[in-house]
Amino acid sequence: MMFKKLLATSAIALAMLSSGAVQAADIKIGLVVKALGIGFFEAANEGAQEAAKELGGVKVIYTGPTSTTAEGQIEVISALIAQKVDAIAVSANDTDALVPILKKAQQRGIKVISWDSGVAKAGRQMHLNPSSNSLIGEMNIRLAADALKAGNFASGDIAILSATPTSTNQNIWIDEMKKVLPNFSQLNLVTTVYGDDLADKSYREALALFKTYPNLKVIVAPTTVGILAAAQAVKDQGLIGKVYVTGLGLPSELAGHVDSGAVHSFAIWNPIDLGYAATMIAYNLVKGEGSETKISMGRLGDAMLDENGEAAMSEPFIYDASNVHKFADIF
Amino acid sequence: MQKITAHKNSFSNFTFSLKKLPWEFFLLLITALVFTLSAYASPYFLDVWNLSDATFNFVEKAIVALPLAMLIICRDIDLSVASIIALSSVAMGFAAQYGFAIELIVLIGIGVGMLCGLFNGWVVTRFDIPAIVVTIGTMSLFRGMSYILLGDQVLKDYPEGFDYFGQGYVYWVFSFEFMLFLVATLFFYFLLHKTNFGRRCYAIGNNPTAAFYSGINVKRHRLMLFVIVGALAGVAAVLLTSRLGSTRPTIALGWELSIITMVVLGGVNILGGSGTIAGVFIAVFLMGIVTFGLGLLNVPGIVMSIIIGGMLISVIATPVLIRKFSQRS
Repeated sequence: MMFKKLLATSAIALAMLSSGAVQAADIKIGLVVKALGIGFFEAANEGAQEAAKELGGVKVIYTGPTSTTAEGQIEVISALIAQKVDAIAVSANDTDALVPILKKAQQRGIKVISWDSGVAKAGRQMHLNPSSNSLIGEMNIRLAADALKAGNFASGDIAILSATPTSTNQNIWIDEMKKVLPNFSQLNLVTTVYGDDLADKSYREALALFKTYPNLKVIVAPTTVGILAAAQAVKDQGLIGKVYVTGLGLPSELAGHVDSGAVHSFAIWNPIDLGYAATMIAYNLVKGEGSETKISMGRLGDAMLDENGEAAMSEPFIYDASNVHKFADIF
Repeated sequence: MQKITAHKNSFSNFTFSLKKLPWEFFLLLITALVFTLSAYASPYFLDVWNLSDATFNFVEKAIVALPLAMLIICRDIDLSVASIIALSSVAMGFAAQYGFAIELIVLIGIGVGMLCGLFNGWVVTRFDIPAIVVTIGTMSLFRGMSYILLGDQVLKDYPEGFDYFGQGYVYWVFSFEFMLFLVATLFFYFLLHKTNFGRRCYAIGNNPTAAFYSGINVKRHRLMLFVIVGALAGVAAVLLTSRLGSTRPTIALGWELSIITMVVLGGVNILGGSGTIAGVFIAVFLMGIVTFGLGLLNVPGIVMSIIIGGMLISVIATPVLIRKFSQRS
């Protein structure tokens, strides 16, 4: 029995070998994700493979641990170091714990970048954020304007439904929204309320908004919990077509609300683009192209690096009836 | 049922070393085979530095597997080892934050491990609760304490030089971690196979009642084993923390199962009474080589788990099947 098992194991091993054969001249890039089997990262891999195909002579090794642990990622990264890959692009489970192993990788001449979820500066050459705070803030207001247009309103009241009053990200984004608001004279921001990122509290806050502000046309929720709860509230109150919900959300959760019309459009990063950009940057680093401040991301233009070696890929990607179902299957 | 078989085997198992010799040999053979296969399958396998790097991923677990083998031979088990690692890592992190010296940080790490082990052992022996129940509880308890103490924070103020334990090399490719594992193996080999303390483990594992009436202080013995397991979990915490250079409450999450897998793969009877350090030692390498070899081929982790799971079941099934066939003939 053991012998049979061994035969099977060796057969698998040999099969893997033949399918995984790489030409020596290829540039090998390890795309390390938080854990395998997550739709968001599978989509990023799709983008990475697209980049590899576009570049030619590039082999992307898509890998990651089975659960989202730093120890698992270290094991995977040490296997990549052993294979002498040319670059590693990692979405980290732990900002600090990966630093020693990534330093080791760099000592052995491997280019290291982090994307999506960053690694402390000492462990990587640069970090690619999906977007930046100012781009996210601007996008949210633009989406509100789009929603207004979709409802054929000339102007109207908008309200922000945020997470908790102390949520760092949301507070920064709201500040950024207020900065660009003067450019959109048709939008009148009446209030900011907090649903604490709880579905039921967000839902109740949305109901209160309908009552308090009869001229309310758009609710902007820069949180995935809030946008979903508000969309549900609009639907339940029969306000579809009268009040629109927009903000940052997940395609899989919002596809139904886009169909019903409670949500005209919303935004979030595009994981395919993210994987594509990370691969392009890793390739350019290996080739020694790009500078301290600027590096190319192929079809997505140039990434501008700040003094911390961080760059923003692009503004959040807009999802509406035309594409939400395609992405709903992914994340 | 477990007790009946134990009664039946209580005498024959005392001659374990002779009877079990083919088992280790068998394990060694598989390990050699996997080694050869891996070397054949990947051009990167036979590289001393790669092999040395690969050892980092399993020696910390292996260091806990050694005392845990003794505990399991004694019919007990400790499922809280990974949580102990987390709690002692958190303690070390705070000690480092207060600017304590390296020696003191290490002592605190091992000390907290021992205290956790003592607590496990005390509850198990004082209240006669099965170890599996108690340590499932303390698995959540110790992990929960780490979360409460640390939340979503990170501790990383470790002093200069602390990284040696998990990242340093004693000589050439031989890391401190790996050498420590070899020393620990020798120590536990001696303890289990060459001392009265070790012989008592088998006596208790085969028949605790008989052991008690033959004058062994069974409770004290089990308590001591829990403390030893805790201490070595503390040692593993020092190594892992040093290797990661930081502490989060999720450190070593899920390690208890890989550690127990090493013990069982090494031929230690999960019901107690038999097993050897040599078996565990070889099993550690077998698991390490399989993981590293498949990792080099970029086999997804989930396939790796399937292969290791299959290996484990075969290992447990083989002796049972052999017994069945030998009884028939």
